[in-house]
Amino acid sequence: MSTPLSAIEVAELTASGAFQQALGVAAEHADDVDRRGRFPSEAIDALRSAGALGWGVPREYGGADAQLDDLADATFELSRKCAATGMVFAMHQIQIASIVRHLADSTWFRNYLRRVVRERRLIASATSEVGVGGDLRRSIAAIERTPDSPGDLVRFEKKASTISYGAHADDLLTTVRCSPTADPSDQVLILTDFAQMEAEPTGEWDTLGMRGTCSPGFVVRATCPADQVLPVPFAVIAAETMVPFSHILWAHVWLGISTEAFGRAQNFVRVQARQNPGITPPSALRLSELSVRMAEFRALVQGSMQEYMSLAQSPTLSTVGYAVRINNLKIAASEATVETCQSALRICGFAGYGNAGPYSVGRHLRDAYSATLMIANDRLHATNAALLLVYREGK
Amino acid sequence: MLPSTESQATEGPNRDRIRQIIRENAGLRLDFDKVVYSTDLYRAGMTSYASVALMIALENEFELEFPDAMLSRSVFESIDSIASAIESLQRVPQ
Repeated sequence: MSTPLSAIEVAELTASGAFQQALGVAAEHADDVDRRGRFPSEAIDALRSAGALGWGVPREYGGADAQLDDLADATFELSRKCAATGMVFAMHQIQIASIVRHLADSTWFRNYLRRVVRERRLIASATSEVGVGGDLRRSIAAIERTPDSPGDLVRFEKKASTISYGAHADDLLTTVRCSPTADPSDQVLILTDFAQMEAEPTGEWDTLGMRGTCSPGFVVRATCPADQVLPVPFAVIAAETMVPFSHILWAHVWLGISTEAFGRAQNFVRVQARQNPGITPPSALRLSELSVRMAEFRALVQGSMQEYMSLAQSPTLSTVGYAVRINNLKIAASEATVETCQSALRICGFAGYGNAGPYSVGRHLRDAYSATLMIANDRLHATNAALLLVYREGK
Repeated sequence: MLPSTESQATEGPNRDRIRQIIRENAGLRLDFDKVVYSTDLYRAGMTSYASVALMIALENEFELEFPDAMLSRSVFESIDSIASAIESLQRVPQ
């Protein structure tokens, strides 16, 4: 433990030796994490040692006050090496941002943020639920007051259809209805320490890709002080922070995957070119086409991030128009990552199809396929289809 | 002599007309008699799908178009907030 986080300039975060070291660790274990479908503990430990789990926390609580663009850079770099590590980092920072931007006057959450930095805690989230059909904005589980216990305690039980790295996190941020009689969309977020909870996995996470995120379903039960409920309604947190942060940081994970696949395809073409000096290999044209797609993909992701940063806490974030645009980012970026990884595979041929070697893009393609499924694009299309009945596209 | 109701005490678009449109479009499952001008419609169970139906119905009924900046949660959260939005649109010539 060396310099306190608050003394580090934000611009230095991803350039720091400790973060660069974490990138090396992520790269070294990426294939093993994927093959065995295990949590990338070495890379997450390296991020912990670098203090990176506290980057999104404001300076007044001991963090580095990193903004969305810095977190996006870190997510992108990590995902080039190991997409599972990048996704865990991104999800953790999404939970931090949801707390930081909506803690209102909560003393409990202020102290909690200090603990996140000091104890280097990792936060997972339980926003999905069996029985709501993948709708983030509806919950069945509800918090209820416990009348028999001393103090102001609440309890809940939730059947979460997936909790990424649930068995490896310190704390859990869960969506629940604000009371047993509340409407399904009248939700709040509650933060619980896994030590305050029973969490039983309800299945296995043995998937095509993103195997290292270890995201099975869980039944979670917890009793905790009522202070651990964020004071702002989830409807506001979702619209202003959780949804845009998720779509923008996930898009950086996918851009990282595709950039790495592109790099491998480019190396493959260069080796081919060297074997026949003077002749441009046919695959070089495919690479040029792919380079156009990558430019579009980057512009899409960067444009969306800049828009969000320029809007900051503006009321525009809760308009129908912004909801349409941020959903469009998710749909377009998740499709772009699959297409670009497929193109990289076509360029590399069997050297790309193999699971080992410098031109292998199998892991990248399998990881990329998760993108269209996490918050299914069909659900987002259905939402936008309804919103476009009132929203008129501008420039 | 007119009965002195809340709607006539307030200027601008008729709040009871808005209330009736909400009743038909907002998909609220609660006892509608409990919905007063300040009731938070989202907390009363209006989903984002239902809010779109409500927006369209209001545009038809009052013959106006909500600009993008007004298509937000804060504008459609209560009869009062909807009435002020409609009033501000009716004041500017479209």
